[in-house]
Amino acid sequence: MNNPGLAFVSDVFEDYHNKTILMKLPSYHTISIRNLNVYIENQHILQDINLTIPEKSITCIIGPSGCGKSTLLRTLNRMHDDTPEVKINGQVIVDDEDIYGVNVNVIDVRKKMGLLAQRPCPLPMSIFDNVAYGPRIHGLKKRKAINQTVIQYLQYVGLWDEVRGRVRNSASKLSIGQQQRLCLARGLAIEPEYILGDEATSALDPISTKKIEEMFVKLKEQYTIILVTHTLRQAKRIADYIVFMYLGKIIESGSTEEFFNNPKKQLTRDYLSGSFS
Amino acid sequence: MINTKRQEEIFFKILMIISICVIMSILLFIIGTVLYKGLPALDWDMVSKLPGGGFYLGKEGGVLNAIIGSLYLISGSVVISLTLSVPLVLFINFYLPKKSVFASIIRFSFDILFGVPSIVYGAFGFALMIFLGMRASLLGGIIAVALLIMPIMVRSFDEVTRLLPRDLPDALLSLGATKYEMSKVILRQLMPGLVTAILLAVGRGIGDAATVLFTAGYTDNLPNALNHPAATLPLSIFFQLGSPVEEVQNRAYASAVILTVIILILSFSARYFSSKYSKNKI
Repeated sequence: MNNPGLAFVSDVFEDYHNKTILMKLPSYHTISIRNLNVYIENQHILQDINLTIPEKSITCIIGPSGCGKSTLLRTLNRMHDDTPEVKINGQVIVDDEDIYGVNVNVIDVRKKMGLLAQRPCPLPMSIFDNVAYGPRIHGLKKRKAINQTVIQYLQYVGLWDEVRGRVRNSASKLSIGQQQRLCLARGLAIEPEYILGDEATSALDPISTKKIEEMFVKLKEQYTIILVTHTLRQAKRIADYIVFMYLGKIIESGSTEEFFNNPKKQLTRDYLSGSFS
Repeated sequence: MINTKRQEEIFFKILMIISICVIMSILLFIIGTVLYKGLPALDWDMVSKLPGGGFYLGKEGGVLNAIIGSLYLISGSVVISLTLSVPLVLFINFYLPKKSVFASIIRFSFDILFGVPSIVYGAFGFALMIFLGMRASLLGGIIAVALLIMPIMVRSFDEVTRLLPRDLPDALLSLGATKYEMSKVILRQLMPGLVTAILLAVGRGIGDAATVLFTAGYTDNLPNALNHPAATLPLSIFFQLGSPVEEVQNRAYASAVILTVIILILSFSARYFSSKYSKNKI
């Protein structure tokens, strides 16, 4: 079952609704969302979301503003925990475990998910400490190991050569594109299995955007990546799978090629043609 | 149309300049009076000697006891109110949900406490001391002043904390930090705001006479124990100003100069250390 396309979304959730036997999914490193409903102050923000995210690929969630993309993404690493107005029903199964289950430690859930936010937010410390922060709070103590981790991930995001002599300087002195790569390195340093990107390039200039996009393509060899994006072109460039949402519902989902070349729903065609955005 | 816009602009600009001038001249007038009357009376004896004539009323000696007493008192109360305020502010901002009613109640009650006159804190401290069987002492003064400055510290620190962009706590939580680990990093970011809160609190606490009148008491000696009375600068000003002798009155202004200089030194050094400490601030 290594071909993730096989297990993709629409087939699976139609089966689910028909109450037929659920297709056995490649269980490792996938996220499957079942009957997810999210309410914020009695508004039904996400309605009956059923979705399986294939492993080691890039899945882009697209849709107009306010359609619930970001809410869905934040549901995946339980960032709604501190807002009691948000009520969540349904299951989000990550690596065979419902992350909203009773005995789940939220720290473990978040450790599995590296989140890249819209605007880079470096921690108020040096470049080095930014990357070292995650490993440190998760118990890495040896100096040598920390040094190694920091250098490794800074190299991975292509920042090492740029900041080599000044890793002890403040992270806020970096350019915004560099900051976003630093945030990526910081997220990767906690050794997640998934990478979530919430419009991770929308604050960046075209060159930095390109760098981050290239990074995602490289990262999908090892990670399962879920991106929320506002730009269709970006989704077209890097996504393997597309999920199109509108007003809290999944309208259509499928492989990028099929989605763009042969959309099935009228709403999707309208969105792709730019009648609304 | 264009003309009215320009007139509007000019009018408000003049209004702003006038208000700056009024405020600055009042401030300069106060400082000027204090310096004019205080500087001639200020000599090295003032800051290095104990009072000569009993309860500051003599013309000899100095106010060393009050300087030391005020410094002890304010450091003690800052320590107490800091250890209580910082956890409280972090709790209502990051542990309680954003629209928490409980947090609003806490904020509201501190707003009320903020407006309570200092003599009431003094009276409350005094009542508390009688209940506990304590005499007027440094400890009593520290507790009363800590109560006085706590609302200032809480509300001003709370205001800067609320302005913190949600990105930072979110970034920390998404890295798998616990709330406690998150708070430690946030505190670094908020350090300049915390320093401002402390300075505001120190400014109010060190200059207040009514709180310490019954609680810390007054003495001609250096404060040497927590359960002994301690002299303070505001009270020394108060007593000296009440004297009919002009020379003693001028010594009150000299004491005021000393108090102002102490606040100035504290605030400059606090700013210096906070900017040094928060060089990584985002």
